[in-house]
Amino acid sequence: MTSPTRPQTVYLFGTCIVDLFFPTAGISAIKLLEREGIRVRYPQEQSCCGQPAYSSGYLAEARTVAAAQIAVFPGDEPIVVLSGSCAGMMKHHYPSLFDGLPQQTQARAFAARIYELTEFLTKVLDIKLCDLGQPVEIALHTSCAARREMGVRDTSLALLNQLDKVVLKQHDHEAECCGFGGTFSVRHPHISAAMVEDKTSALKACGVQQVVSADCACLLNINGALEKQGASLRGQHIADFLWQRTQHVEAKQ
Amino acid sequence: MSHSHPLHDFRAASSHAAQDPNQRHNTRAAMDFLMQRRAAQFPDADELSRLRDLGQKIRQRALSQLPALLETLEARCNANGIQVHWADTPAEACDIIAKLMQQANSQEIIKGKSMVSEEIELNHYLEAQGMTALESDMGEFIVQLAHEKPSHIIMPAIHKTKVDIAHLFHDELPRTPYTEDVDELIQIGRHALRQRFFTAKVGLSGVNVAVAETGTLVLVENEGNGRLTTSAPEMHIAITGIEKVVEKLSDVPPILSLLTRSATGQPITTYVNMISSPRKAGEKDGPQQVHLVLLDNGRSQAYADLQLRETLQCIRCGACMNHCPVYTRIGGHAYGTTYPGPIGKIISPHLLGLDDTKDLPSASTLCGACSEVCPVRIPIPELLLRLRQESVTPENEPNHPHTVRGQGAKYRATEKWLWRSWARIYSKPALYRASRFAATRLRGLLPHDVGAWTIARAKPQPAAKSLHELVAEYQATQGNQP
Repeated sequence: MTSPTRPQTVYLFGTCIVDLFFPTAGISAIKLLEREGIRVRYPQEQSCCGQPAYSSGYLAEARTVAAAQIAVFPGDEPIVVLSGSCAGMMKHHYPSLFDGLPQQTQARAFAARIYELTEFLTKVLDIKLCDLGQPVEIALHTSCAARREMGVRDTSLALLNQLDKVVLKQHDHEAECCGFGGTFSVRHPHISAAMVEDKTSALKACGVQQVVSADCACLLNINGALEKQGASLRGQHIADFLWQRTQHVEAKQ
Repeated sequence: MSHSHPLHDFRAASSHAAQDPNQRHNTRAAMDFLMQRRAAQFPDADELSRLRDLGQKIRQRALSQLPALLETLEARCNANGIQVHWADTPAEACDIIAKLMQQANSQEIIKGKSMVSEEIELNHYLEAQGMTALESDMGEFIVQLAHEKPSHIIMPAIHKTKVDIAHLFHDELPRTPYTEDVDELIQIGRHALRQRFFTAKVGLSGVNVAVAETGTLVLVENEGNGRLTTSAPEMHIAITGIEKVVEKLSDVPPILSLLTRSATGQPITTYVNMISSPRKAGEKDGPQQVHLVLLDNGRSQAYADLQLRETLQCIRCGACMNHCPVYTRIGGHAYGTTYPGPIGKIISPHLLGLDDTKDLPSASTLCGACSEVCPVRIPIPELLLRLRQESVTPENEPNHPHTVRGQGAKYRATEKWLWRSWARIYSKPALYRASRFAATRLRGLLPHDVGAWTIARAKPQPAAKSLHELVAEYQATQGNQP
């Protein structure tokens, strides 16, 4: 992909899960972007990408919600999304969702403006980070959509690798799904439970102090399981992690 | 397929399997082994990508002219002396095979590995007629001896440990001492199997690729039982699904390379059989008759829809199940279908109808591990999404073509109403604001146990303030507007 020119303004799409469960990640993302000299617009009318209905087979309902999002992000500024999964929905599924409908052109143009946060920070802004935190060992969990649909595992890695006091450790079956899968987690709860059990065991076994991910749906699942198990380990959104380790420093432009 | 069975309860069986630590441990170990074997065969990602492109093109080219290729295949087979039989249903296929056995004056049939013979439940059918099916593939033999079904399309007995097999052989085979030595167990099995070829008059095999251009049936295997089954008895019956045809002989090498490397991590199998005719005058061996049974059993339904047609690209390597996090947790039997795993979830609704498979399309996180390894690039998650749409679309939905048997099997008016309400909330900012406010301010009221979610997790805890609120506050302190 060719890197587009650096925009003056971007939109932020927070996602419904960040909105309710990990809201500080949104503020951290805004601060990271603003520190790079980018103006961030956050339309208060935004809600959800529509993926829950879409992946449950309810296309009409997904379309209603998708159309509402498209309407509140006018113009041609990039839309930075705090999740690989929601970004994947908006970038790769919106065009086919409106297949043969009058809004398809608009949906295509909207899809072309979608960036996952780590993708935007590295590929568009070429951000330079200076690590001010204490030495820490972490594991990265990449969502399946971020890894396979958006292809943005590398950009999360590139950001973390800029932090020189952060040691990134591998965990067993790292590429395997955490078992969330939206409504899958409640439609097939025991399969989902087995998957998140294995994922959390692998994360605990690799001996890190923290888990970082660019997808909060996975974190809702992983953190929920860790909490139920009585473990102290937790996952944090990468925006919070990056901001916390690099604040008070003016990154060079 | 046969509705004499009670409906399989996937949800109960998969829940049970996912909570069985031994099953989980054994399946994971076996799948890890198969994943490593495959990975070792494809060290060059670019070569793999090109080969998968080629495999996809070959299969799509074949499917795009399927009716014509099947006619060519029949004509070439006939010219070669192979008699072709068409079966719409499993019952028709079983009947054809039973009649051929009667023609050969044989009460028993020796079988090489064939998943289509599992699909038509041939063994069951023949037993009911007082006839006998003898499995000659080691895995199938073990499964038959244990009165079970295959749990994997390539490794039918992969759910069995060597201790299970040691007990099974000791208990079921006459005068067999108990041993856990793998080499000894293989010898015991081989000895039992080889005896069967001395008497069998009819042999049955599957087909990996049927070549229209030449009327050739290609069969890969590692034990030599496939070659014996197809050459020692007087009559060889091959059975396959109508989708297994390719256009040209030159299509075979890339397909086989993808198949064996993806399936068992072998550059080539020990035996590659190319069967193009019965024994000719002057030849010393080979069957006097070769028959090919071509089974539809719902494949035409998948063929009729351009998107669902991609399901039929499958070359049955099993890599999707080896890499599937769901299959790895529940094993093959929990699916209750002949073909388990990701490919099973997308093909079974065509074979059995969505009403008999209604819990399969939802049993996936859509993680994409399957399509990432599929040698012919079947977009399995997209096909699962499509089947989910078909399952929740009522049969009488206007402007919706009826393409899948059992459409609407998961349709519930209450669930439809819930998603409509959901869409209303998430498309109307005022409603979303109110629900957000309720979730954050009333978060303390959420009960400790919130059903299925809290089986493995603590209850989800909404933040005290939503991002919408935090942004508004932040912007107020910064003195700027949204």
